[in-house]
Amino acid sequence: MTKKEQKKELIMQKALELFAQNGFYTTTIPDIAKSLSMSVGNMYNYFKSKDILAKEIIKYISAYLGVKLREINESDISTQAKITQIVTIYFQTAKLRPEMIDYFLRVFLSNREVFKEGCEGMICVNDFVTEIMIFFEEGVACGELRNQDFFSAFGLFMGYLGGMVFLKGEAILPQELEAYIDDISENIYRALKA
Amino acid sequence: MRLLWLSALTCHGNVHSFLNSPQIEKFLEDFSFIYHPLLDTPYSLEEIFTQEVECDILLLDGTLEEGMEKFGVEFETVLKRYAQKAKKIITVGSCASFGGVFLSENRYGFLYHQEKPHERFNEFRDKTITISGCPIHPETLINTLYAIKKEYTLHLDKLLRPKEYYGYTIHNGCLRNEYFEYKIDEHHYGELEGCLFYDHGCQAPYTHGSCNRILWNETSSKTRSGSPCFGCTEPTFPKHRLFYTKKNMGIPQHLPVGIPKRAYLSLAGVAKAFKIERFSQKIVE
Repeated sequence: MTKKEQKKELIMQKALELFAQNGFYTTTIPDIAKSLSMSVGNMYNYFKSKDILAKEIIKYISAYLGVKLREINESDISTQAKITQIVTIYFQTAKLRPEMIDYFLRVFLSNREVFKEGCEGMICVNDFVTEIMIFFEEGVACGELRNQDFFSAFGLFMGYLGGMVFLKGEAILPQELEAYIDDISENIYRALKA
Repeated sequence: MRLLWLSALTCHGNVHSFLNSPQIEKFLEDFSFIYHPLLDTPYSLEEIFTQEVECDILLLDGTLEEGMEKFGVEFETVLKRYAQKAKKIITVGSCASFGGVFLSENRYGFLYHQEKPHERFNEFRDKTITISGCPIHPETLINTLYAIKKEYTLHLDKLLRPKEYYGYTIHNGCLRNEYFEYKIDEHHYGELEGCLFYDHGCQAPYTHGSCNRILWNETSSKTRSGSPCFGCTEPTFPKHRLFYTKKNMGIPQHLPVGIPKRAYLSLAGVAKAFKIERFSQKIVE
């Protein structure tokens, strides 16, 4: 990674935290620059606008999760075990990098107008969605999962995980996310199995 | 150059397809058949089976069956006799090449049982050329015969098919490629619009042949006329449910040949995100 790329990642990480914490519209480029002790002018050398930064961040999160899912997809374990691992990774990310999941739920999904151009469909979350597609396709091909429409399965899996993280973020869940991994994995497996 | 057309278990689709070539009259001036099922020839089939006649190229058509006899002579004995005499052997069609439509445990192609080689005629492998298809494209057969006559070097793939005709996929030259690129099926049989890969069973992206480069009857092809490619040049032909794309959770089980799944899905995800107005309209109202 070049020095410029490292700096870009640092900016994205900081912006991600601020967007997730304070909201997309209330966080400004000067806020982000200030938190990094950078000049606003220098910030624009890396990202030409806040919208561009927002789109790069969602791609960054998607790539981060995509790499982790790819490792799971390429491991020689059953589909049921993969489900448990995916749930674990998702919840671990929500705990260790809460800003990432928050950004996805509270910025990306809640401010669609920002992502209308340049993030059409699932382009900006392609790395992540591709791995989920591979997980489903291989699960059906090996006979462990029931064949059905992709989005029926995707919504069940990701909607469920997103919902749990949202409840945790709202301080409604009585226990830590890890406490739910086994039950949730079992529920997802039962719902999707052949 | 003397040709022998020898038919095993066949529907004679290849024989008829061969006669559809626009070059057929010229071809018959340049080549002579010692036997052909539909043309006047100097020998009858019985004479071919019971006598020894000289031939330069053996054209084998149809699926072979263990123990099959004609005129009281075992078919494979006659086949070996002419295979030894011939300078080249061409397996004409997917039945003679891979077993095809009539394939079973004791029925097979000349060198292959589907894509698996068998040993029965292995001694002739070096002089065999596969012209698969159901039926064969007449131009592929005729041009290959001319190439042999003119002693051109034929580059063959691992199933012994000439790369000149089988080095491409049927997808190459398909007029629906733009719909494929943007993942738009929405096809109705016989219509001009839409790609048939996603829902209608089209096997063109993973089937080798020249149907969209050398048109049938110099006019059209399956995909151009609105029907899916059935994959008839491949050892796996015929598959079940030819008008249906087998999908796992919405993802086609068979992807374009040689494209890694991850690469295909990444590109498909991007392409699908765009709604291209032109592709939602009829070409001819």
